[in-house]
Amino acid sequence: MSLAYLAQEAVQETNSTGFGAIGYGLAAIGPGIGVGIVVGKAIEGMVRQPEMAGQVRTTMFLGIAFTEALALIGLVAGFIF
Amino acid sequence: MLVGSPHFQGRRVDESRRHRQTLDSNSPQQLTNTRVELVDLFDRQCPIEPQSTKAADRLRERTLSVINVAAGEEFHAPSLNDFFPPAVLFEGTPFELDRLMLVRILLSGLMMLFFVIAMRSPKIIPRGVQNIGEIALDFVRINIAEEILGKEQGKRFLPVITTIFFLVLASNLGSIIPFINISPNARIGMPLVLAALAYIVFNYVGIKKYGFFKYVKSSIVVPGVPLPLHFLLVPIEFISTFVLRPFTLMVRLMANMLAGHILLVLFFSATQYFFFVSGGFQAVFGVASLAAGIAFTFFELLVIFLQAYVFALLTSVYIDLALHADSH
Repeated sequence: MSLAYLAQEAVQETNSTGFGAIGYGLAAIGPGIGVGIVVGKAIEGMVRQPEMAGQVRTTMFLGIAFTEALALIGLVAGFIF
Repeated sequence: MLVGSPHFQGRRVDESRRHRQTLDSNSPQQLTNTRVELVDLFDRQCPIEPQSTKAADRLRERTLSVINVAAGEEFHAPSLNDFFPPAVLFEGTPFELDRLMLVRILLSGLMMLFFVIAMRSPKIIPRGVQNIGEIALDFVRINIAEEILGKEQGKRFLPVITTIFFLVLASNLGSIIPFINISPNARIGMPLVLAALAYIVFNYVGIKKYGFFKYVKSSIVVPGVPLPLHFLLVPIEFISTFVLRPFTLMVRLMANMLAGHILLVLFFSATQYFFFVSGGFQAVFGVASLAAGIAFTFFELLVIFLQAYVFALLTSVYIDLALHADSH
């Protein structure tokens, strides 16, 4: 009896923290894949046309900034809520 | 068996419940005694608190420092309180300065001083520090302003873009300077001002060129789309252009600097804890956390530079989009 009773008691009274960490982990899946796709396509483009490498690189940084913003909003939201 | 299961013990059980359990349960006396013993082990330093929050906090801290129950010292990970230090000057007035604000003033002042010294009596063939000043300014002019905006519009907006770039760069550098250790951009105030500056500039440019209604209409309405889709697209475009742009500019900078600061402080305080506060074999972990701290300092240097570049780049992209609002 005691184990079940104590486990039930613990469940009733837990105050869980750390949801922010779980939230950030989930939020980082999408931008992780996204940044990988952006950089991969940029590399492909730079290899196909080396003379356009500078412009492709600039656009790559732009794309990285946009997708990474979402991951960072996930990080900050974990701290706020 | 004890230290790994904090929730198993009736640590948060108050007096009445414990008594009730001993009275009406059919558990053997032995188990009750063990329970009392185990609770006493956790209560070694302080009595049972009826308030659940203090007890829960202490329990959580003990869980974190589980292997240091014997050592008695606890590790305090960095928290958000790092970003709100106590006031240093002018306390109580609206001009109250705390450590972060002083760092803002210091770093902006240093950057201005650098450019004053570098560009004092400029010569056609640069000598000395003027070289570095010219390299920095040319980087912004060629790679950011003129690449996106073209020669003449780039020249027109160069002051704004250069100010934003160097202000963000100088403030971010505080994150890796040893006794400053924090970037003033980690609190929302300064990124807010910079994003507001970028927002005002790109909207002003668009409104001046096209007039208010034509500018808003051509920013929001996507041409060549059947009418029913407009009901979906217009709100999305409005939010994306006029709400999300400054918001993401601001949050991107702040979140990068906040995350960088917490990471670096965590690694270096963990190193200090492993080497000096806790004893014995845990110094091995200290080596690992020191190596990670050094690696992340280099990574933070890259992030600092990248965030300054991205902020200035995005500002010039938004200005360019506002200048060419009618040709999407």
